[in-house]
Amino acid sequence: MIEVSGLGHTFRTQTGTTQALRGVNLSVHPGEFVTLIGRSGCGKSTLLRAIAGLVTPTEGRITVGGKPVTGPRRDVSVMFQQSALLPWRSVLANVLLPVEILGLERARYNVRARRLLNLVGLDGFEDRLPKELSGGMKQRVALCRSLVQDPAVLLMDEPFSALDALTRTEMSGLVQRIQMELDTTILFVTHSIEEAVLLSDRVAVLGPRPATVTEVVTVDLPRPRSLGHGSHTVDVARISSRLHDLLDPEWVGR
Amino acid sequence: MTRRDPLHARAVVGPRGSMTVPGMGGASRILLPVLGVLVSVFLWWLATVVFSIENFLLPGPQDVLQAYLGQQDYLLEQAWVTLLETIEGFVISIVVGIPIALLIVSSQVLERMIYPLLLAVNAIPKIALAPLLVVWLDFGMTSKVVMVFLVCFFPIVISTATGMKSTPAELVELMRSLNCTRTQEFAKLRLQYAMPQIFTGLKVAVSLAVIGAVIGEFVGAKAGLGFVIVQSGASVDTALAFAAIGLLAVMSIGLFYLLVALERWLLPWAREER
Ligand SMILES: Nc1ncnc2c1ncn2[C@@H]1O[C@H](COP(=O)(O)OP(=O)(O)O)[C@@H](O)[C@H]1O
Ligand SMILES: [Mg+2]
Repeated sequence: MIEVSGLGHTFRTQTGTTQALRGVNLSVHPGEFVTLIGRSGCGKSTLLRAIAGLVTPTEGRITVGGKPVTGPRRDVSVMFQQSALLPWRSVLANVLLPVEILGLERARYNVRARRLLNLVGLDGFEDRLPKELSGGMKQRVALCRSLVQDPAVLLMDEPFSALDALTRTEMSGLVQRIQMELDTTILFVTHSIEEAVLLSDRVAVLGPRPATVTEVVTVDLPRPRSLGHGSHTVDVARISSRLHDLLDPEWVGR
Repeated sequence: MTRRDPLHARAVVGPRGSMTVPGMGGASRILLPVLGVLVSVFLWWLATVVFSIENFLLPGPQDVLQAYLGQQDYLLEQAWVTLLETIEGFVISIVVGIPIALLIVSSQVLERMIYPLLLAVNAIPKIALAPLLVVWLDFGMTSKVVMVFLVCFFPIVISTATGMKSTPAELVELMRSLNCTRTQEFAKLRLQYAMPQIFTGLKVAVSLAVIGAVIGEFVGAKAGLGFVIVQSGASVDTALAFAAIGLLAVMSIGLFYLLVALERWLLPWAREER
């Protein structure tokens, strides 16, 4: 579904150049949930934005669904760390923003928007303004908005990192449920090992800048997963510690 | 907050350290300003009586009221002229100012071309232009409308441009990720985001607008409240001048609160919850 090969990106600014990515290879299969994990500043967002068509990479090739990425596309949607809701629009109008911008058929997607809001537990909040919502609720609206156009690929850039720990766990559960229900291909960026193990089919570990994929870890645990209860606590711990080692190689053998 | 318990019925320090009286709530919002005006008018009257100030220096409130009632029709007619000049100039500044702000924000080239020019024009004391405007445009309303436009234009352009530029990067990025057109970016995002700031600019501009109209009338006019003030100065009819000034104040405050009401109605999302 997503093919990234030999991707490199160098930012040129007045204060100098920063090589954010070098020789990144990654492929994500249809319906798969892949997480990118890496330290802050290593280039995760840059990689995601390149796949979204928001950044034109200086080297390499990206295709989504077989077609090369040349700019933002309807079949690829993005969800950011900030909910980025338009404060003057109601919850429903915010969810319908992509429908308006992309010029899709209003009546049909209206139904879909309401169904998505229902799915994330926001029915009854359609006419509220963003300022009336909590951080977690805002992010759920943003999630609905990124799904309303029925994208083939959803790119999520640390969507829960601004939320408190309890809300994060709740949101992770929600994303699991949504993925099982909609089978959208998801590429998810995080620096939380917990989230990575909980959500992914595979975890791609990015090394320090200039980032490249250093290792891909398969998470073959049954779903739905949870951190606290369940029978696979040992497996979760095993994979978590492996990711810890990969992210902090110096620690091993200390 | 509305406790009925008499033990709690004492003044509480409000959120900004001001004293609020529990239970007075909405009424005090109207009552207190009215009380303030009444007390000032009373002190004014007291001063004219106690110091027995000459009528032509400082007329008492009763003299001003008398002057107003004596020439009410004439005064209202003149007020209407000033109001029309003010509103016309104000509306023209909006119609011209907002598109110019759009141009400035949409293109760096245009910004570099237009912005210094705007700053230069704004640096000119507009009062200095008033006599020239009369020379160019005669004593009629047009020269005043242009004067109003000159004083209103700048705050409107600046507030609109700043508002649109301050649109958060994540909102712009979201729109871009949907492959929006430039028109959509401005119509559906930047302009909307700027609305509260535009209103701040409009509120500054509308107060300046009244001043602009009066300055225009001072320099040369055949009608308007500014003209009335100049005339009554010549004939030492201070009470009439005061009546005209009072009408100007009412006009200015009225226009300001009209904008406040419009803003509350149009931008419920920007209203701060108390
Ligand atoms: N627009 C930009 N201009 C210049 N440098 C940038 C820009 N965006 C990101 N960078 C740099 O690229 C590197 C990777 O950034 P980013 O992809 O945001 O990292 P991450 O998301 O992993 O925290 C950082 O060193 C950052 O300073
Ligand atoms: Mg990032």
